[in-house]
Amino acid sequence: MSGKETKGGIKQLSPIDVYMLLPKTNCKECGEDNCMAFATKVVNREVSVDQCPSLLTKANQKNYAKLKEMLKPAVKEVTVGVGDSAINVGGKLVMYRHEFTYTNPTAIAIDVTDEMSDEELLSRVKKTQEFTYLYIGNDLKLQMIAVRSTSNDADKFKATVKTVAENTNLPMILCSIDPAIIESGLMAIPKARPLIYAATKDNWKEMAELALMYKCPLVVSAPNDISLLKSMVKTMNEYGLEDLVLDPGTFTSSGLGDTINNFTMIRRAACTMGDELLGYPTIGTPITAWTESTGSPTVKAWNEAYVASMLVTRFADLMIMHGTEGWALLPLTVLRQNIYTDPRKPVAVEAGLRTIGTPDEHSPVLMTSNFALTYYTVAQDIESSGNAAYLIVVDSEGTAIDSGVAGRKLTAETVADAIKESKLEEKVNHRKLIIPGKAARISGEIEELSNWQVLVGPRDSSGIAKFLQDTWK
Amino acid sequence: MPERAKKNSDLELPPEILDLLKGNDELELEDVDMVVDEIEFLYQAGVMPALQRMVASRAKPTSLLDAPFTLPVQKYPGEIVEVTLGATKSQGGSRGKPIVIGGEKSPSFYTFENPTLNAPVISLDVFDQKVPIPKAVKTNFNDAIQDPVSWAKFAVDKFGAQMITLHLVSIDPLNPKPSTPAEAAKTVEDVLQAVDVPLVVGGCGDPKKDLEVFEKVTAVAEGERLLISTVTLDMDIEKSAKLIKQYGHVALAFSPMDLNQARELNRRLLEYLPKEQIIMDTTTAALGYGLDYAYTIMERARLAGLMGDPELQQPMSSGTTNAWAAREAWQTMDPQWGDKALRGPLWETVTGLTLLLAGVDLFMMLHPAAVKTMRNTIKRLTDKRGAADVAQIANWVSTKI
Ligand code: SF4
Repeated sequence: MSGKETKGGIKQLSPIDVYMLLPKTNCKECGEDNCMAFATKVVNREVSVDQCPSLLTKANQKNYAKLKEMLKPAVKEVTVGVGDSAINVGGKLVMYRHEFTYTNPTAIAIDVTDEMSDEELLSRVKKTQEFTYLYIGNDLKLQMIAVRSTSNDADKFKATVKTVAENTNLPMILCSIDPAIIESGLMAIPKARPLIYAATKDNWKEMAELALMYKCPLVVSAPNDISLLKSMVKTMNEYGLEDLVLDPGTFTSSGLGDTINNFTMIRRAACTMGDELLGYPTIGTPITAWTESTGSPTVKAWNEAYVASMLVTRFADLMIMHGTEGWALLPLTVLRQNIYTDPRKPVAVEAGLRTIGTPDEHSPVLMTSNFALTYYTVAQDIESSGNAAYLIVVDSEGTAIDSGVAGRKLTAETVADAIKESKLEEKVNHRKLIIPGKAARISGEIEELSNWQVLVGPRDSSGIAKFLQDTWK
Repeated sequence: MPERAKKNSDLELPPEILDLLKGNDELELEDVDMVVDEIEFLYQAGVMPALQRMVASRAKPTSLLDAPFTLPVQKYPGEIVEVTLGATKSQGGSRGKPIVIGGEKSPSFYTFENPTLNAPVISLDVFDQKVPIPKAVKTNFNDAIQDPVSWAKFAVDKFGAQMITLHLVSIDPLNPKPSTPAEAAKTVEDVLQAVDVPLVVGGCGDPKKDLEVFEKVTAVAEGERLLISTVTLDMDIEKSAKLIKQYGHVALAFSPMDLNQARELNRRLLEYLPKEQIIMDTTTAALGYGLDYAYTIMERARLAGLMGDPELQQPMSSGTTNAWAAREAWQTMDPQWGDKALRGPLWETVTGLTLLLAGVDLFMMLHPAAVKTMRNTIKRLTDKRGAADVAQIANWVSTKI
């Protein structure tokens, strides 16, 4: 848990360790001023050692190999798919988020089956492919399609895989425990490098052959049995398979505690105990919530979504889901984005004065915090209100309005200072500041400190248009 | 290298097969080409045996290899303090049953190391005046939210609330007619009369006014072991702590997402209060609006406490209701994002569950569906290990949904 115990961990790796193995010629070909600067970036995972050309020459082969080993993540990175649409899963460097930014956000696959009508199949594929939500400048997306065989008919499965491949370039997971079915699916897309789900204690030999032959990553599955999982990994390694994904089973009702334990134990064994056999990405299957005998589809979608959210936090690198409802997937994908951001700082924008449209001396002056999400939302809402305006972005240390006020990071002093620094007194002929409704608490103090009149605006910036219409003449 | 062989090496063949071809010195290049062509043919026809024979020439395991797994347990020099909320008659109060939180010896739900000693608890929010409450929540409480007493009763009777958080927002000096400390204390007494679960009493966030109110509240509720929410660094800490000690309550130490401030506040409170009378809140931000930061601060606090930091060993509380600050929780959005009556409570649920996994012991929540999900989940996470029924999910891959 502390840095010391992190195998291959960030904290124990110093730039010096890396520097010692670099060519030390300071030739700048990597784009850095010298080898030491490059080493620092390597340790911070901002660049790959592959960007030092002379390290790739034969003379430096040994050092290159040493560096690669030294920088190897505790959890192997596995690629599914090929070309531009291929995605990487795993590659985790640390167990806890605060230790280092998590790599490779949990990939989400939506399932289709070989017994769905073409219409349903295509609409699910389309929905998955087109899912997108713009959040702090990022598009939140879904990553994969999982094709399940419910028919147990090899030809049907093959046809379905083919149809999916013709309609999307999202990477696929082929799901069946019957090797013959998987094989027919692979024949439909022999070079697409789908993920095979799954090798079990009963079919592992055949699945291993298929994974070898088609160069595919393979899930090894041992529900609630990590010993078995480990032993299968060891066997697969011996078979020559290295691109593995671990499935400890996802139990969404009773057994949820075991599930969270299993994912946690696997990750800890890999990250802090150096257990290489468990140093592979994990797959969660919240879709199992749909196999419960009771409950309406809404309840099942709800259960699936919240269990999936827990697996995002507790170490799943990949997940298969069934529900495609926006109310379920939106909180989940937002959470994933949150968990996979840089842990060291809240996402903030630079403080200071912004203009929206071309404001003049009569234009309204509004204020907000420098938490990125608040800023973007407010700026967008002012813009769509059609008003030109000045927006003072106050340095709230990246906190939102309400927590900034509660935590005294957004205070009357910081607001008054920001007004002064903005030099707005030279730009506008009024002294009226519109503050967010959630900052109402400090309105009086702002007036005292700044000598500006404060208008308390709406609690949510979606009300800005109406507010300006009613109050700004 | 002859042209043809080079061309073939571009084919995407499994490396084992390429190795095999490379390794055979006796094989003429012509033969290589033949084999490769054959493989291409095999790929299409899906006839495997020939290929299997080739691959099989490398020694492969025929049965599963042994790889023993031992539970990856660690030792922690520290443990989290146990705090009791609410006092029964014999303990000097009038609550039906006290609630104990904290006491963890491992990170949350690492039950492979230690069982969860005290399951995390959920307290339902009640406000003493009209506040902006999302419709998804309002519809569940009907008319009960007209006054805090009926609201509290409804939350306990209808939703089985284990605890109630009474937010005295009416005392806010920003109100046109803020209620007086005496009025607020009366509301606390009324709610104590109406329900017998342990109570959290919250102020309005104004450090001066809150303290004036707490002065009255702590006295009228002497011995009830209320959780006084909140004590902050910019309050008169000595005075707050002494009141809490004198009248037998518990302090909720609130800090703004900053571990150093959390430490400092605990340190200062510990000068006057025993550790069994402090719970800490390091701030909850909504999912999508800073939850990442809130989560990491809490996780770090918990790990630090377990690693022996005496200033971060207090149980943690979260104002999970803050989840509703996210506009995606309450806004009508494009139809693709579904019914907000589901999206909202799920937003609160996900915010809560994430912090549950970070180590929070006490949740203050709003929506009954979110509360119910949290409760079920807490129960499952604290279940004895081995509740998983493998047969139950064995066939999900081929199950029609
Ligand atoms: S390219 Fe390599 S050798 Fe040259 S400066 Fe960069 S790290 Fe040093």
